[in-house]
Amino acid sequence: MWPLLQIELFKIFRKSRTYISFGAIAAMVIIIQAALKYDGKSYIEFLVGGLKDSLVIPYDHILNGYFVCFIILNLLLIHIPLLIALVAGDSIAGEANMGTLRLLVSKPVSRTHLLLMKFLATVIYTAGLLIWLAFISLALSILFFGTNDMLIARNDSLEIIRQNDVLWRYLAAFAFATVALSTVAALAFLLSVFAENGIGPIVLTISIVIVFTLLSEMQIPLYDRTVKPFLFTSHMLAWKGFFYTKVDASGSAIPGTIENLHAIMKSFWILMGYITGFVSSAIFIFNRKDILS
Amino acid sequence: MIKHVVFFLPFLFSVHLQAQDAAGLIKAIREKLEKINDYQADAELRTNIPFLRVPDADVSIFYKKPNKIKIKNKKGISLVPKESVSISLYSLLSGHYQVINAGNDKLNGIPVRMLKLLPENENADLVLATIYIDVSRLLVLKAKITTPENGTDEVELSYGKYASASLPDKIVFSFNTQEYKLPKGVTFDYDDGSPKKKPAGDQKSQRGKMEITYQSYLINKGLPDTIFK
Repeated sequence: MWPLLQIELFKIFRKSRTYISFGAIAAMVIIIQAALKYDGKSYIEFLVGGLKDSLVIPYDHILNGYFVCFIILNLLLIHIPLLIALVAGDSIAGEANMGTLRLLVSKPVSRTHLLLMKFLATVIYTAGLLIWLAFISLALSILFFGTNDMLIARNDSLEIIRQNDVLWRYLAAFAFATVALSTVAALAFLLSVFAENGIGPIVLTISIVIVFTLLSEMQIPLYDRTVKPFLFTSHMLAWKGFFYTKVDASGSAIPGTIENLHAIMKSFWILMGYITGFVSSAIFIFNRKDILS
Repeated sequence: MIKHVVFFLPFLFSVHLQAQDAAGLIKAIREKLEKINDYQADAELRTNIPFLRVPDADVSIFYKKPNKIKIKNKKGISLVPKESVSISLYSLLSGHYQVINAGNDKLNGIPVRMLKLLPENENADLVLATIYIDVSRLLVLKAKITTPENGTDEVELSYGKYASASLPDKIVFSFNTQEYKLPKGVTFDYDDGSPKKKPAGDQKSQRGKMEITYQSYLINKGLPDTIFK
């Protein structure tokens, strides 16, 4: 198992396109950090809207590493699936395109085992990308902006989380994001089984993610009731749930709590179901497929 | 004619006396408050605003006569209403007002005198203030302050060990709040599927509340103006 996984990891990290994702994330994060360092006050003013006329807003304290990291994740975690698809969509179709797939399946390893190792390697790449994102978005932001309590702007409310109550939420959020992005990897992996060229599954995965994200965020009641609860893109946002706190009867936030852990766990299991479904389907189809290339 | 004047004279005299009595009461309270040049207090701040989820905070409160107030969170961030840091009882009672006696009432079982303050200057920040005074201790227990910008704010004060200095142990400040909304396309909130709790009534007219429970005061130790910047 381990040699096969090592080979698959070697294949992923040998390609220069793999590092495009790491470079793209670094560039985007640094651009956002530089913009917020230069004029973060304007962004906070936009978030608090008219409240700045009635509340004393401590801009300097709000603009801290935890806040900046959340802004970065909010902007980037919608786009990172595209970077995941680049690698996952190419994992099988790329081999077919190069003509190495037939050679690969002729080895004394079961196709199921082969596919599981390929998927595991893709998940490790996904986790690596998120660890990189965590490092530059959280560690660098803390370095450049310092730490303080964290402000979360929601659609209809503002939340403040005490700084000693933040880090475990980030750990949980990044762990959840790994599962969420593995769902995209599993989809691209499934589509990759059908193709002879990596471009098709990559573009199709990106298209599906865009359409599903639109359906998740359009707020059309018909879709909200019928389609949205079943879209994996709706549940991918559950990482944010770790930053929503419970309030007591008087309206004060309760430190150390999560507003709706049950819903987050439900989203987790739905995503796990998707991953299992996509990977199982990929294995089922691949096991019955004539490998001609 | 003389009979009529004689009949109304005691009444007119009584109204005049009452007005004088009310102004004297304000003056007596102001003189008491005047002894506080500055203070620094440790307190717990509890904020209850419909759109704001904030944990209770330990704060330092700085005051300097006549109207400088700063609420500073010791460890992190607090969002406090601007009106709360601009209202000082001393500055409120130091303005030029017509004082009208509005009768007697009881607040939490304590007999109080109600006075209405009407600013003499028509461009004043204040439209009307109603204050509830515990006459026996010369303490303001409640104030309703109406301003052109913010509507009516209410301050309720409870006194304990610092009552002799006219400094409260607890202040409950209630005020009008605005609606808070950001486009969902900006926040990309996680929808956990639970039904949204709608606030009772019109959200635009919700009221917020801020409770400050004072733990200790350092009075008249001298505070630099830089603290209030």
